[in-house]
Amino acid sequence: MTGLGRFGQLKSLWVTYFVTGCGGIELLPVITSRFDAERFGIITMATPRQSDVLVVSGFITVKTLRRIIRTYEQMHNPKYVVALGACTINGGIYWDSYSTADKLELYLPVDVYIAGCMPRPEAIFMGFGHLMAMIKDGKADGWKRYKENYEWYKKNQDKACGGGKKWRVRDV
Amino acid sequence: MPFILILSGLLYMGFARKIHARIQKRYGPPFYQNIYDVIKLFSKREAAFHGGMFHFGPVLSLTGVIMALMFLPVGGKPLFSFQGDLFVLLYLMVIAPLGLALGAGNAENPLASVGIARALTLMLGYEIPFFIGVVPIIARYNTTQIAEIIHLQQMNGWNIVVFPISALASLIAVHAMLGNKPFDQPIAPHEIATGPLVEYGGKYLALLQLYQAGALLLTTGVVVDLFLGGSSNIWLFFVKTFIVYFVLLLIGEVLPRFRIGDAMRFFWKWPLAIAILGLFISILEGIK
Repeated sequence: MTGLGRFGQLKSLWVTYFVTGCGGIELLPVITSRFDAERFGIITMATPRQSDVLVVSGFITVKTLRRIIRTYEQMHNPKYVVALGACTINGGIYWDSYSTADKLELYLPVDVYIAGCMPRPEAIFMGFGHLMAMIKDGKADGWKRYKENYEWYKKNQDKACGGGKKWRVRDV
Repeated sequence: MPFILILSGLLYMGFARKIHARIQKRYGPPFYQNIYDVIKLFSKREAAFHGGMFHFGPVLSLTGVIMALMFLPVGGKPLFSFQGDLFVLLYLMVIAPLGLALGAGNAENPLASVGIARALTLMLGYEIPFFIGVVPIIARYNTTQIAEIIHLQQMNGWNIVVFPISALASLIAVHAMLGNKPFDQPIAPHEIATGPLVEYGGKYLALLQLYQAGALLLTTGVVVDLFLGGSSNIWLFFVKTFIVYFVLLLIGEVLPRFRIGDAMRFFWKWPLAIAILGLFISILEGIK
């Protein structure tokens, strides 16, 4: 990717929030008048086709993991994943539950983790600033890793969600 | 010239985002944010495949807008100017939404179909009052050349003063053409996820953003040239179009969205009635 393209990307990050676990309440102040993420060109888009960043927030159940993967695969390259909260790192307080997928990075290439339970809006801004710095240096290469190691990711996804089922529709 | 207009249309859209943010007590993005967005979208690597027409639609829209901008007098004579170019311009203005409809109709997404249905229904609503609002000008001055209409306005006074009622009807129609708030059903992001744009991403969305920017200056430019006395240089053109855009934007920002049926009922009741009233008044004046 050229320098101009990278510059455009870090100045305008369009986000899809995937907030089925928790954290919706903490994300709302980020986009509304108190903190106003639009100052940095970060806006929420209505569809994954138009967005660059997938924000996965809170614990991931096996049922939502399928939807997260489908949402991610509908997005256009280059695309980035931001994992929000402790539960996406190792399951958090749900680490021994029968229905949670503990580690998100087994299934999708995570670019930035924002730890905390839940992180405050300031922490979310720091995480996005980190993502912008990574894009500037060309280090945010999760989408490339996903392409290169697709077999490995697919194996993990099938193990968690059940292989051979109809949930996997790859249409990108 | 069309490319300068499209670029400044992007800046207008950025101003609109800033104003929208200030009304919500936010700081808002910089006014050149939309240029960053277009650069970003052009740097995307891939796009979903939904058949040839899906890819051809945005190109057709952008082409339609650039073609129409060539007929629009911007502070001087346009590229093409002849007797009857007003009709050509008004027809070319319809090509762009049709291109979007053709493309998005192939998107295999129900939300896109809903969006197109709404866009075309709304077009039926606003085109008729707009055309009837323009007819008195053509009848009075006995010309269909935009450059000549501007010239006559500079002698006889602006058309918004000469035909205030027809101008009101046309301005309401232009408000819907710009997709401002009470009439933004086609791309309602909270109901149908941006409607026709739902499957578009990457470079095609960039083309559609450029199309929107061009269409913005095209519609406001038509208003300025037909009703507000045209413009003697390009800076005056930008000042006038920005004032038109700004006023309509402020009206739009404080209004909620109509349902599509209510919008149609509104258009075929009030602007149409106002336009026909303006037509009758101009006929009576003509008899006198």
